[in-house]
Amino acid sequence: MCDQTFLAITFGPCDNCTQNKPLMNIYLKNEPINYCSLCVELMACQALAKGETINTLKAESESLKAKLEEERAKLHDVELHQVAEKMEALGQFVMKTRRTLKGHGNKVLCMDWCRDKRRIVSSSQDGKVIVWDAYTTNKEHAVTMPCTWVMACAYAPSGCAVACGGLDNKCSVYPLSLDKNENLSSKKKSVAMHTNYLSSCSFTNSDMQILTSSGDGTCALWDVESGQLLQSFHGHSADVLTLDLAPSETGNTFVSGGCDKKANVWDMRSGQNVQSFETHESDINSVKYYPSGDAFASGSDDATCRLFDLRADREVAIYSKESIIFGASSVDFSLSGRLLFAGHNDYTINVWDVLKGTRVAILFGHENRVSTVRVSPDGTAFCSGSWDNTLRIWA
Amino acid sequence: MARDMSDKDILKMELEQLQKEVKNTREPVSKTAKEICEWVEAQAAEDPLIKGVPEDKNPFKEKGGCIIT
Repeated sequence: MCDQTFLAITFGPCDNCTQNKPLMNIYLKNEPINYCSLCVELMACQALAKGETINTLKAESESLKAKLEEERAKLHDVELHQVAEKMEALGQFVMKTRRTLKGHGNKVLCMDWCRDKRRIVSSSQDGKVIVWDAYTTNKEHAVTMPCTWVMACAYAPSGCAVACGGLDNKCSVYPLSLDKNENLSSKKKSVAMHTNYLSSCSFTNSDMQILTSSGDGTCALWDVESGQLLQSFHGHSADVLTLDLAPSETGNTFVSGGCDKKANVWDMRSGQNVQSFETHESDINSVKYYPSGDAFASGSDDATCRLFDLRADREVAIYSKESIIFGASSVDFSLSGRLLFAGHNDYTINVWDVLKGTRVAILFGHENRVSTVRVSPDGTAFCSGSWDNTLRIWA
Repeated sequence: MARDMSDKDILKMELEQLQKEVKNTREPVSKTAKEICEWVEAQAAEDPLIKGVPEDKNPFKEKGGCIIT
């Protein structure tokens, strides 16, 4: 009924300058303060250094970006597909669904292969995390998480544990036991704590450390045993949606992509952002290192996938077509890096020749958007998960 | 964290990052692209998705067939 608020204007001595003026009743750190409007303005300006305003910062930022582009352009002397012209074209591509894994009650959001090349862990919107044997399609373990939208799951390098998380803002590790009757939920270990949803997680080379990315804009490295935060990575200005670790031979870096359209490369030991790429026109949903470690690919809501060369420090290829208008949700490379598989929101998977920049195949089969695509560790097959509640193995 | 930062702080963070990046060393694309192509050629021979796998050896192609343990 009475839902009008009235601003009562008080008049009296200002807390700051003590002059009698109309006062603004504001709260600073939950303490009520009565300053006159002049003092409020002065206070707001104190945080700015001399001559520094949002506009000057923006202008400087723009000029630095232009300079960076200039430096990068100097080295852009040839296109990747030009160098690849002399290479043999790929033969006719025949890939079919070999297995369909049914069992999730809702959208499949993420999956990961075990290093034994046959087991798969997948997570879904309904809160279930299932471990499958891809050869036989049997379900080996199933865990119910206390939250829905389990957006991230990962297999430990040893094959003895899985990590998963989502809307619970945490990443939890479940050790897998051979005993079918054992309740896996009782052994759960909470490792990571973020202040927003967990978008992606990955074990480093051992079972002992996990790297996570979150909707709170940060990535973090955690020790599994103690749950301690070892390093945190700040630099994104919006949700971080994806991350990928560099292949072990090339060192301690990882790449992350987010809703700020940026893909950042980080040094894991120092926490520093070493390189940053901002050429996508929309959220970056997936990033994946090239098998050699010198480049990475990204898939984005702008319906393109792009290849970024780390040593040349620039984007070297765009994989797009007029006919592809739906965003790419997930990308992965084949073992040699010659093929790029991209799962899209139009239910298809596009297969690209990475070097020549041409599409070699479109794979149909899913009945809803493809949310995740991963090539098996030995490269013999790849698995795709979709919002149609199934996973498909293609070979 | 990024959500709690004011626009000014975000801009400052980006600015510092850009200042660092301008100093990075870079190599020409002609060199790096060639190296990527060479690397792929070397590996492509072993890539099962490119060279294909004979039906009897591939654990996925034969349903219920040989299970490699």
